[in-house]
Amino acid sequence: MLLNEFLLLSAFLFCAGVYGALARKNGVLVLMSIELILNAANINLVAFGAFHGNDVTGQIFALFTIAIAAAEVGVGLAIVLLIYRNRRSIDLPDVADMSG
Amino acid sequence: MHGFAHHSGLEVGSAAVPGFHPLAANLRYLPLHVAFGLLAAAMVIAAVGVVTTKNVVHAALYLVVVLAGVAGLYILAAAEFVAAVQVLVYIGAIVVLFLFGIMLTRAPIGRTADLDNDQRLPAVLVALALAGLLGTILVNAYGDKKVTPDQPVHTAPVSIALFQQFVIPFEVVSVLLLAALIGAVVLARRD
Repeated sequence: MLLNEFLLLSAFLFCAGVYGALARKNGVLVLMSIELILNAANINLVAFGAFHGNDVTGQIFALFTIAIAAAEVGVGLAIVLLIYRNRRSIDLPDVADMSG
Repeated sequence: MHGFAHHSGLEVGSAAVPGFHPLAANLRYLPLHVAFGLLAAAMVIAAVGVVTTKNVVHAALYLVVVLAGVAGLYILAAAEFVAAVQVLVYIGAIVVLFLFGIMLTRAPIGRTADLDNDQRLPAVLVALALAGLLGTILVNAYGDKKVTPDQPVHTAPVSIALFQQFVIPFEVVSVLLLAALIGAVVLARRD
């Protein structure tokens, strides 16, 4: 397997996630796009770990990233629920009170 | 891609096996390439689906396909334990959390045209520019480098590294999870 097969696929996932995070209005969909970005980073970690032989450091970092992604989704969805409760909508352009 | 791999020699994969015909050595990795191609096609289609579909629930289901594909990639890269964790945590927990979020926010179940904001064109431009940049850099930097996942990395070395070399980050992550748990409860509490 070429290393670039993994890396280019992960780059595609990253770009799709960036597009989603920029173009989506619904808060839950933005969080899903961020998950795509985190998974792209994880693929890179595991692929480079495999590239460097029997080094498990890449896999360990991927495990940490998965745990942090779980924490991020928990807090993010709690924030989205709070926004929904206060405004009856989770369209992020409506939540622009802090944009000065 | 495969022809290129064939011509650039098989310095890593089969050089260790003397007397192995290069074509046979290439054929040895053919199932991996086929599996990778199928996974990659499914993941590309599903990732585009996640960010373009007009239905919130469909986006969550497309996300399941992407995450399962990532688990498959981990197996191709010989990372069994990470693949299992990916299925358990992402597909088992995070997607369910997303579906709960969709239902609790009474998102429009079914087709709706109102999921994208008015920045779609700049977003496409940014994504394409990033794709071009990353693609160029990756092809130039790692053109013919090979990954040779001949042996799966078993769980034991992973756990030994996790609980010896990385035990302090491990504990920090557990504190982070606790903080996230308490934070989510405090945020979502009705009072």
